[in-house]
Amino acid sequence: MSILGTRVLRTEDPRFLTAGGTYVDDVPLAGALHVAFVRSVVAHARLGAIDTEEARAAPGVVAVLTAADVDIPAQAPELPMVTREMARPVLATGVVRFAGEAVAAVVAETAAQAADAAELVGVDYDPLPVVVDLEEAAAGAVLLFPEVGTNVAMRLPFPLSDDLFDGCEVVVDGRFRNQRVAPAPMEPRAAAARWEQGRLTVWSSTQQPHGTAAGLREALGLRPEEVRVIAPDVGGAFGAKDGKYPEDLVVAWLARRLERPVRWRETRSENMLGMGHGRAQLQTVRIGGARDGRILALHIDVLQDCGAYPHIGAFLPFLTRIMAAWVYAIPRVECTSRSVVTNTTSTMAYRGAGRPEATAAVERAVDLFAAEIGMDPAEVRRINLVPVGAFPYTTPTGTVYDSGDYAAALERLIEVCGYAELREEQARRRSAGDAVQMGLGLSVYVEITNGVPGGEYAGLEVRGDGRVVVRSGTSPHGQGHATAWAMLASERLGIPMDSIEVIFNDTDLVRSGVGTFGSRSLQVGGMAVDQAAVAVLDRGRRLLAELLEADPADIVVDPAGARLHVAGTPAAGRSWAELAVAAQERGDPLAVDVDFQPQGATFPFGAHLAVVDVDTETGGVVLRRLVAVDDAGRIVNPLLAEGQRHGGIAQGVAQALLEEVLYDPDGNPVTSTFADYGIISACELPSFELVPMETPTPLNELGVKGIGESGTIGAGPAVQNAVVDALSHLGIRHVDMPATPQRVWTAVREARG
Amino acid sequence: MIPAAFEYRRAGSVEDAVAILAEAGDDAKLLAGGHSLLPLMKLRLARPSVLVDIGRIDGLRAIEERGGRLAIGALARHHDLATSALLRDRCPLLAHAAGLVGDPQVRHRGTLGGSVVHADPASDLCAVLRCLDAELVVRGPGGERRLPVADAFRGFLETALDPGEVLVEVLVPMPAAGHGWSYQKFTRRALDWAIVGVAAVVEPADGGIGRAAVGLVSMGPTPLRAAAVEDALRGAPRSAVPAAAELAADGTEPSADIHAEQDFRRHLSRVLTRRALEQALSRC
Repeated sequence: MSILGTRVLRTEDPRFLTAGGTYVDDVPLAGALHVAFVRSVVAHARLGAIDTEEARAAPGVVAVLTAADVDIPAQAPELPMVTREMARPVLATGVVRFAGEAVAAVVAETAAQAADAAELVGVDYDPLPVVVDLEEAAAGAVLLFPEVGTNVAMRLPFPLSDDLFDGCEVVVDGRFRNQRVAPAPMEPRAAAARWEQGRLTVWSSTQQPHGTAAGLREALGLRPEEVRVIAPDVGGAFGAKDGKYPEDLVVAWLARRLERPVRWRETRSENMLGMGHGRAQLQTVRIGGARDGRILALHIDVLQDCGAYPHIGAFLPFLTRIMAAWVYAIPRVECTSRSVVTNTTSTMAYRGAGRPEATAAVERAVDLFAAEIGMDPAEVRRINLVPVGAFPYTTPTGTVYDSGDYAAALERLIEVCGYAELREEQARRRSAGDAVQMGLGLSVYVEITNGVPGGEYAGLEVRGDGRVVVRSGTSPHGQGHATAWAMLASERLGIPMDSIEVIFNDTDLVRSGVGTFGSRSLQVGGMAVDQAAVAVLDRGRRLLAELLEADPADIVVDPAGARLHVAGTPAAGRSWAELAVAAQERGDPLAVDVDFQPQGATFPFGAHLAVVDVDTETGGVVLRRLVAVDDAGRIVNPLLAEGQRHGGIAQGVAQALLEEVLYDPDGNPVTSTFADYGIISACELPSFELVPMETPTPLNELGVKGIGESGTIGAGPAVQNAVVDALSHLGIRHVDMPATPQRVWTAVREARG
Repeated sequence: MIPAAFEYRRAGSVEDAVAILAEAGDDAKLLAGGHSLLPLMKLRLARPSVLVDIGRIDGLRAIEERGGRLAIGALARHHDLATSALLRDRCPLLAHAAGLVGDPQVRHRGTLGGSVVHADPASDLCAVLRCLDAELVVRGPGGERRLPVADAFRGFLETALDPGEVLVEVLVPMPAAGHGWSYQKFTRRALDWAIVGVAAVVEPADGGIGRAAVGLVSMGPTPLRAAAVEDALRGAPRSAVPAAAELAADGTEPSADIHAEQDFRRHLSRVLTRRALEQALSRC
């Protein structure tokens, strides 16, 4: 029986649950110095004198550095279409552009001494006008980089057609704020570095150690063999941990300069200011169609907040754009965007990165359209979904969807949730005039996984003791790759999982790697492991055939015995251990390296339904049910897949109801603790109802797509639509996220006049 | 999150604590459960030079009935209150509200006395004690004195205790038999402070309302009583509740913050007061 598709318990967990993990801050590093960063307390200012004298004299202080002391070049984003003129210095140089930007670094013998001395650094700020609002930033009255002449860092034009909405009986406009949120991993950013015998070793809380190593090499001018990056256990990343933040670079630079180990771990409040934020779009949407429910045209204009220095966030509208046609066969779709800098923390990738924004825009627009023509939102979706026979399907924005059955996902959802009964309950409560009203929200989604081109490395070796060592270029930080990769190898080789060791996250131990982000790992890294196992199996079969003078085609795997034998003659065989020894004796060990290149991106899809109770008197929203049909192709381990769905759904719900990074008009962050930033907890969530569905992709042998981000993509818009639906009888058509009590109450009050 | 340097002193008794406070001066702070003070220190918003740890003083954690009142030691944990059979029987409002403070970790460390002297207008228990007409027993260099909770809160995070005084006990009059009660805590998340909270005690009389007491959370710089509501309900029929509840925000100046504008807080206080009174009446 195949192990694939079974609920194998995570092999990682016994250690986490007993001994605990080892995170960067737990890595022993004798004699290490500690770094504390002095951070700007204003959002935009010309930097005057920086007085470091008192700090230098403080107990335990070894060094205090400002921009003038550090010769790391300013970092420009390496992203297509994004300007490189708005580069970020590692320590603020001349101007500070957001509150929290590092201005100086204080190095001391202890963390407490560094924190105390950091308070003694005096910084003169000569205030400049602040721009926080996106539209004001786009207008350009206040420029963050006057020498560039604009705040626009990236622009996606489209040959806008005048006739986009010709022939539409109904045209509806919407303006949606997809608010700024914080990734907020349990483990904040951390780095430790040692320079020893001409070689730099960095322990980094990163989701791409090889990428981190490349970034360090470039910033510090080192050769490849001079840098080793180790990602120990990583306590969450969500797209925002690349290990190449200014602080990371400074820590590594300091280790070399001071010739002593150096370490840094930020506080939670620093994390809320320093780690890249996500989302932060203002969307202007127009949707048009016929009264019979057909959607004929869609235009989305995105104003993307880059924060002070353009990073991946600036590029997100591109992902929104390539997904703008969504799950619908809309004949005419256009998407335009501008990404603008503001005096705020930079935006980066955050779970979903561009696709939750696209879902929210399109799924809200479809509900607006449904409300306008007086049709149930489920029915409008039915009419417009890309039909199952259309795959591979090329969208009007040029994206090719590999496989899917959107209608089946929607119908399954509607059946499982009892849609008709829910609508009846809603009608009853409406006619009774209850203070607490009920809403149903749908979202049907398709998303792109492994959307950034690139493959992944895996090495696999069967050793003389019969044990298998797998080396993977992926960089797990909670996903369970050790379990899944062992399952894949075990499946091919017939070697039990407990004889398979999986090695990740060390650039000395793993030849190359891309990392774990964008829901890519299984379809590239897992496939690499699978293909490596196939190659080793092939070698094993040929070797055994040679030993037994048999035909390699007749050699089969004995799944129970960790051995190969001649088909139909179990006695004629060898254990993997014996084969490995034989192979070693021939000087040709059973070891392979595979660089797997995918045929293309894959497109998971699904449908989510949220049921909410909305208290029209207090504005309070309670999520009662969240039903999710998620189809990410073939599922290797349902337990791991469900874990990904759970976490993603929680974060999607959080965006819909609770989480929002806020600044006051002067650019002061006002949500830098978890008391103010509404990070969600289990208390605010029901038990999710997860419905399985598997439509394999034809693009890889395993048929797998990615599932890391489907939860944030599907759930958020479903919940938001549910809140609006609960209030629709009052004439309310939209409530921005997060649907806070204040926002809901304000909408109700305005609707009731 | 490293606090600024401070000196740590452990008090073996209340007298000891009073003596250390006298010696250390105004810059000293008492440490009990630490769940308000320590976060402020870690954010370096509070930087006391001396911390006087009273957490291990014996005899300040009891919850008992004494002379017709409930006597609660200042070091009683929120969890102690929430699970006290005596409180649940005789003063369920206090037990229930204590069970809604923060999260389980907070409730196992945080103390009633700490909540009171921190004097946060967002505190559940401060407003509940206001509603219950509690009295504080404080000890200082001049001996022991009693301070009605009604007079205890002077301003935002400010009490009428002298810096050299230690709160040792909270006395709560026994609510009348047959009273009804409710605590309406409106939050975004389970572990949040109330955006607005309303505590209510109703004593029935002749099929109507004898007297009602209403405490307000987060409706001004201090924990408040909704006097206008109480006046409107004294000796009134049950049907007077909706109109009386409309007076809940009278005279209040709630703050505006990222969770609620001022007018929304006022609105919430009216809705929650009505719901609290209706629930309290349903329990009479």
